[in-house]
Amino acid sequence: MDIHEYQAKRLLRGFNISVPKGRVAYGPEHAEYIARDIGGNRWVVKAQIHSGARGKAGGVIVCNSFEEVSEAANKLLGKSLVTHQTGPKGKVVQRVYVEEATDIREEFYLGLVFDRSSECIMVVASSEGGMSVEEISKNKPETIIRAKIEAAVGMQAFQAREIAFGLGLDTKSINRCAEAIMACSKVFSQYDATMVEINPLVLTADDNIVALDCKMSFDDNALFRIPEISELRDKSQEDPQETYASDRDLNYVGLDGNIGNIINGAGLAMASMDMIKLAGGEPANFLDVGGGATPEKIVKAFKLVSNDPNVKVILVNIFAGINRCDWIAEGIIKAINEVQVKQPLVVRLAGTNVEKGQDLLRSSGIKFQEASSLQDAAKKAVSILNEGVN
Amino acid sequence: MTVLIDQNSKIIIQGFTGKIGSFHAQEMIDYGTNIVGGVTPGKGGTTHLERPVFNTVKEAVENTGADSSILFVPPQFAADSAMEAADAGIKVCVAITDGIPSHDMIKVKRYMKRYPKSSKMTLVGPNCSGIISPGKCLLGIMPGHIYKEGEVGVIGRSGTLGYESAQQMKNLGIGISTSVGIGGDPINGSSFKDILELFEEDEKTKVVLMIGEIGGPQEAEAAYFAKENMSKPIISYIAGLTAPKGRKMGHAGAIVTAYGEAASEKVEILQEAGVTVAKNPSVIGETVKEVLSKI
Repeated sequence: MDIHEYQAKRLLRGFNISVPKGRVAYGPEHAEYIARDIGGNRWVVKAQIHSGARGKAGGVIVCNSFEEVSEAANKLLGKSLVTHQTGPKGKVVQRVYVEEATDIREEFYLGLVFDRSSECIMVVASSEGGMSVEEISKNKPETIIRAKIEAAVGMQAFQAREIAFGLGLDTKSINRCAEAIMACSKVFSQYDATMVEINPLVLTADDNIVALDCKMSFDDNALFRIPEISELRDKSQEDPQETYASDRDLNYVGLDGNIGNIINGAGLAMASMDMIKLAGGEPANFLDVGGGATPEKIVKAFKLVSNDPNVKVILVNIFAGINRCDWIAEGIIKAINEVQVKQPLVVRLAGTNVEKGQDLLRSSGIKFQEASSLQDAAKKAVSILNEGVN
Repeated sequence: MTVLIDQNSKIIIQGFTGKIGSFHAQEMIDYGTNIVGGVTPGKGGTTHLERPVFNTVKEAVENTGADSSILFVPPQFAADSAMEAADAGIKVCVAITDGIPSHDMIKVKRYMKRYPKSSKMTLVGPNCSGIISPGKCLLGIMPGHIYKEGEVGVIGRSGTLGYESAQQMKNLGIGISTSVGIGGDPINGSSFKDILELFEEDEKTKVVLMIGEIGGPQEAEAAYFAKENMSKPIISYIAGLTAPKGRKMGHAGAIVTAYGEAASEKVEILQEAGVTVAKNPSVIGETVKEVLSKI
């Protein structure tokens, strides 16, 4: 789960990491009021969406007067901001963060992630702040400093000091920087984070170390024990289809194609998508209804997939393991009768009681094409599509 | 021969008396697996499915001589149960549970480092379908009847894609020595490489099928290992060629965040290491057959 910059900064503040004075605003007047309240003569108005690279997309505006703050908020609010991370539809800005401008002397990169190879928390830092970590590794790999944190013992002070020295800071700022790095690792461990990124971490003109921007992601599997994080979820930043699915315990990812998928198991779902592509089609979604797909879940899945206006054909591919194909077939029949499914249907069943399942479907009166294998299913779905077009 | 489990394995079930634990315990018993008891804290001294229930894993091991266990414990308690098994001297532990926080799994892996290699438990999973040595022992949730006994060692992340492959092979008359589901989580007990090492040592296994997917470094690490250390041929399939970057595809670990984690990149790395990669998921069985025919 991702959170907004303003929420992440609030967490950082709680761990004594300096962040510029700022508050979140929901309208232009509100933004101007906050700027007046903060004081000073330069402010930054920042679009709050779940994405990086907001600056390049025009989502960060520097303002020199209260009027400009109001105009900037007016310009950003309600608009969709498209970054290279949001996809072509972008994400709608429903709030902006108004913050005092910072006098920057130097910018650094600081990121903490899970390293799946060493099974440790990896700290990545660089003296080239402001660039994305991908750009840094491509253009300035020699500036990257890495340190592994043993989750059981946490980050040690020397590790933070080594990074701070490695960034080339002068002696009087070392301790402040090391403290900020230590604090980040505490945030990471305490809140089951999977990513904490401060980019840039800056050295200000008055020798302070300040987090100018911050992104955080948390482990969905741990949300049950971090209520202070799970309540920060902003569903407006998620795809409505995906939210509908996740609220119903279905694993769904929307894609750009027109062949809808209903499959059990994540691996089989990915494999079916691959088959569709190889057969010359494009999958409209990834959907895993779970290993033990119950008839109820299949009904929900049909509702979800058939509602997508892009879906022209629906492909069902179920491998019944512990489950039985006759139960699956009952679920499909129930779904077709309950949900108004307009799209043509291709069904491939395999595993336990496959003949019984197929018999049930055949005698139900439902219109569908029967597929004998993964490949056959994909080919039939694509050919239905092509016939429809011609 | 098989790897990890065989007909002599003595198995206990952690989370024995729950609904899911009971259901799969019965399936395993019906398959002929030697289930010697189970653990549910607070229900020690009772009997379930005609087998004794214990309060702790240690007690269960002392009384039954169990050497293997399988976890059906809810995610918030599963890490603790895995560590309890390791401490009680269990040799092979399969964690079926889906949804264990990554921070917990890191803790489990760190905890297990305290044991010397000779007495260290092999943890398989979590979020996996388990292990099956066809005809001998089922320590998992897979449908036993689609697995034929034979010479192919199978390692896979996904449960259903593993079933798909087992069925394809059975239809072609090809059998399996042991199939190990390592699970779809980002931090798991055993990697592809860990299980490849076991299959290389196993006399019965002639070839190994590795079913991978997008995300994480383990398929690439297995490829580098195989190139230097494996004498047995490896066949592979990697799911997720059409998966978009940065999106999580069902499994917590199926997300591309770095170079080498996309399906096409994994395929390339595997092919460079001499692994035969199945062209599509419909021909996994046929590809195994082809490689077997050349031995």
